[in-house]
Amino acid sequence: MYDIAALYEADTIDKAVRLRVEHPQAHIISGGSDVLVQIREGRRAGVELISLYMINSMRGVTIDSERSIRIGSLTSFSHITAHPLIKRHIPVLGKAVDMIGGPQVRNIGTIGGNTCNGVTSADSSSTLHAWDAIIELYGSQGIRRVPIKDFYLKAGVVDIHPDEIQIAVLIPQSSYERTFGHYIKYAMREAMDIATTGTSVNVRLSPDKRKVERARIAFGVAGPVPLRSPHAEARANNAQLSKDLPLCFAHEVLKDIRSRDSWRASKPFRQHIAIESARRAFIESVHAAGGSL
Amino acid sequence: MDTQTAQKTKEAPRPTEQPTSTPDEMRTEEQHNSDNATHLSVGKRKERLDAYDKVTGRARYTDDLCDSKALIAKVCHSTIAHGYVTSIDTSCAAAIPGVVKIITCFDVPDIRFPTAGHPWSTDPNHQDITDRKLLNRHVRFYGDDIAVVLADTEVAATQARRALKITYEELPFVLDVQKAMEDDAPRIHKDTPNNIITHTDIRIGDYQKAIQEKGLIKVDRWYETPTVQHCHIENHLCFASAEGGRITVYSSTQIPHIVRRVCGQALGIPWGDIRIIKPYIGGGFGNKQDALYEPLCAYLTREVGGRLVKLANEREETFVSTRVRHAMRFHIISWVRPDGTFAARKLEAFSNQGAYGSHGHSIVAKATGAFPQLYPCPAVECDAYTVYTNRPTAGAMRGYGIPQAMFAYESHTEEIARILHRQPIEFRRQNLMPQGYYDAFSKNENYFDTFNQCLDAGIDYIDYHKKYQLYQHQTGSHRRGIGGAVFWYNTGVWPIALESSSCRIVVNQDGSLQFQVGETEIGQGADTAYAQMIADAVGVPFEHVHAVSTQDTDISPFGTGAYASRQTYVGGFAIAKTAQSLRNKILAAAHELTRMPISNLDLINGMIIRKSDQKAMMSLGDLSTEILYSLSISQHITAEETAQIKSNAYSFGCCFAEIEVDIPLCHIKILDIINVHDCGTLINPTLAEGQVHGGMSMGLGYATSETLLFDQKTGRVLNNNLLDYKLLTTMDHPHLEAKFIENAEPTSPFGTKALGEPPVCPVAPAIRNALYQATGVAINEAPLRPQILFDAFLKAGLIHDPQRIQEEQRSPMPQKSAPALQPMPVGALSSSKSNVSTTSSTNVATREGR
Repeated sequence: MYDIAALYEADTIDKAVRLRVEHPQAHIISGGSDVLVQIREGRRAGVELISLYMINSMRGVTIDSERSIRIGSLTSFSHITAHPLIKRHIPVLGKAVDMIGGPQVRNIGTIGGNTCNGVTSADSSSTLHAWDAIIELYGSQGIRRVPIKDFYLKAGVVDIHPDEIQIAVLIPQSSYERTFGHYIKYAMREAMDIATTGTSVNVRLSPDKRKVERARIAFGVAGPVPLRSPHAEARANNAQLSKDLPLCFAHEVLKDIRSRDSWRASKPFRQHIAIESARRAFIESVHAAGGSL
Repeated sequence: MDTQTAQKTKEAPRPTEQPTSTPDEMRTEEQHNSDNATHLSVGKRKERLDAYDKVTGRARYTDDLCDSKALIAKVCHSTIAHGYVTSIDTSCAAAIPGVVKIITCFDVPDIRFPTAGHPWSTDPNHQDITDRKLLNRHVRFYGDDIAVVLADTEVAATQARRALKITYEELPFVLDVQKAMEDDAPRIHKDTPNNIITHTDIRIGDYQKAIQEKGLIKVDRWYETPTVQHCHIENHLCFASAEGGRITVYSSTQIPHIVRRVCGQALGIPWGDIRIIKPYIGGGFGNKQDALYEPLCAYLTREVGGRLVKLANEREETFVSTRVRHAMRFHIISWVRPDGTFAARKLEAFSNQGAYGSHGHSIVAKATGAFPQLYPCPAVECDAYTVYTNRPTAGAMRGYGIPQAMFAYESHTEEIARILHRQPIEFRRQNLMPQGYYDAFSKNENYFDTFNQCLDAGIDYIDYHKKYQLYQHQTGSHRRGIGGAVFWYNTGVWPIALESSSCRIVVNQDGSLQFQVGETEIGQGADTAYAQMIADAVGVPFEHVHAVSTQDTDISPFGTGAYASRQTYVGGFAIAKTAQSLRNKILAAAHELTRMPISNLDLINGMIIRKSDQKAMMSLGDLSTEILYSLSISQHITAEETAQIKSNAYSFGCCFAEIEVDIPLCHIKILDIINVHDCGTLINPTLAEGQVHGGMSMGLGYATSETLLFDQKTGRVLNNNLLDYKLLTTMDHPHLEAKFIENAEPTSPFGTKALGEPPVCPVAPAIRNALYQATGVAINEAPLRPQILFDAFLKAGLIHDPQRIQEEQRSPMPQKSAPALQPMPVGALSSSKSNVSTTSSTNVATREGR
């Protein structure tokens, strides 16, 4: 039995925006795999909820006129993993969200919820950062688009105005074109766990596969919100592929990550895992792109 | 998971008074398969009696039986680790709609009661510790029970619990077992100086003299095991109501008759005024071998005029406020001759009891008792301490001290083998409890060459010798290792405590039977094993035996419940005795109906047989109908007997694990693992395998991931949930292999002995020893979780220190290339201080600062 004061259900995005204006104190719920847990823990006990779950227009994966991949915010993780467009253009995202929780959570949990929580450990988020995703919001003023790195304001807080809902996540063509990536979720278990560190790398190689044209790397749980490592990216961009490159690339991440000591893992352990994951994810990405080291 | 009987060294003895001849139609089959007669049930893979009901959701558990009108009780737990509650303001909570009553630690009776699921002792010197009240004003751990709210709904009860305003007088607290023993440590119970509940010792030979021998090698190490939780699927819950002045409690418990006694003691009312009903339960693993919240629930219903009250633990409460496994610290010194024999050994064991007595010293006493017998040695000193700390209360958990003990003892054995440059399994064989070994106290005898048989089977399966050679002296980031460990386990509790079992069997008109025993079905399959034993012992088909699974203390024959690894063993005595009594009555009735002398009659597979010509005279159903409705000799055929068991039995086994260590990721992957057990004759091989698989799973978690973590500043458990407490998932499990050596136990009517707990015992040291072989890093602290591996690998130089890399990046010096991974010299590293020395040295180990 959950301590919920009221539930307002929206079946269109316009109604959702209206409910947001009418009930500014209410919290948004979609799949509920986080919100219900928080209510049970007492953190949101007595909460009022606006449910977006019935807004079917916010489900599905498409390619829009600008060749951006558009993922409706209510698309469940299992649908993302299984979708042909994801498999073809950004398989790494499908694999990353396939590491969340267990099958039941992946069937109910949504990518919108995963990003709107603003938590650093979200498995989708580091990959979306590494692929320069765009968050699409809808409110009284119409559509607003925000780069995902600006969407995350601080731990647990994202840039959604009081009259807005997040309706889609976009991956621009410039991100996924000729780009290959790899995600490593480092956790204590093979399932039903949150990441100690999540590492998402992608690379674009030169046509002769000897040089890195562009490398990107983002981490979850290496700071209060997901973050990129500009130093590592700079080290690899335009670099010739070599045996030493992955470790050199990986060591650079120490200049950007902000790992902390906690009872879950010590700072040096987290840093070490970030380096090793960066190295391995870089190698895997290069291999996926057809390069050899 | 395929399993086979590795070796069958002796035919299982038949239960008493087994038929000496069989019907004609069974002759041929008998001749071809004399060991496995088709009509007999014991030894067959019979389907569980409750299988279909459980997998289809039809089986009803405690919560399924509770009326939805029940008042909901929510217990308020302390948010300090040690101190006194000075006030509880209930005004805001009481104002919440739906709140019926609030009871605080200032309201409950001033009665201290014991909770341990032990048979009661009528000798006051052997009674369990009485150190807690229903609610406690003197708070002794973070999560102690201080108040309880009763409300119409769960939401109202939860809101009211949150609205209670509590003030405390805080006292210093202590979490570490040895710090708690210091003179200036906080005193947790006023009558327990230095927080030491009990100190016992074992002295064999003259240790001080024995260590003077020239040329001895001293191996001195410390070992540490974690606080873990049972994590049964069904959280503990109970509901209670009162009628006619008597209180009925339905509870998810392993020990209904004991819980009745404890409820009577806690409330200060006659024990017969309490009735406990135990339905199917979703696991217990020892946590429910304690009176948990039944006494409080019984008290609550009385306080609300007998209304139905439900008290269901949340998972967070289960982790902190029920029971946990004792964390233990061991200090072992072995004095070994170069030829591999032991001259003298010394053991100190410190058992972290947490806040309340519960099972207390029994657990570490069992752990230390295993030490001198595993590798007999002429001079042994053991000291065991059970110590109060401000941690959650430790109680019984599957293995009862032996998983802790085996982690320490078998890690230590491996260490000695390494130091002596001996192959670890061969070193064990040299010293293990030999065939014929006899223990004067328990009267246990090692009747067979079991240890070697188990080791042979395990070595065979996993190809130990080849892999041991192959995995020596590896380099690189991914290394493999193979490790083994052994254990022995006592089946029951005799002669330390009462062992008695009662059984009742009733014959129906159609010749089918109901049986009841005091030993409870707790998911292990006891009902099914009993049905098989009863079928054979009475002489009816398995399908004709019905279990009354629910225990009801008003109805069920007395039994102390399910604990130790004794149910099949002790139940077997009562079953054999009751079955014999029932057979006597059946054959007497058969005599009345057939006029044949009893000596010429038998009951086989549900048929009355005239022995002289093997003629089937009538079915038991015909007999039963005739005799029940007879106008001249009507009788209800039923038997009930109590057996007191005055024996115990060694159970044996081993585990072998093959692992791959990803050193940079600090990750252990189990490639293959096998447990081999000699638990005597298997009653049901499928159920036996289930026990082994479950125990191995629990052992894997104990080895690699499970531990309760404590906030050193507050004493709070940090990971009181299944996300942060790393119970292994299905995805984390390798194939689990189970094999058996079936040496029939001579003392058991069915040739059986312990299997419930043993499978968890050897797993953690086997994995730890495999890691040792793979990396040369000896980690003497369980579990081998990644953070522990990181710290150990960093110390051993197997991985680079990220902080040094950072320093190098900051310095103007050109960045050095990383050195290649080097193999570690065998035995050179240990997470404990290395303390190998000869007798000439005065080097005495001290525990590194913690």
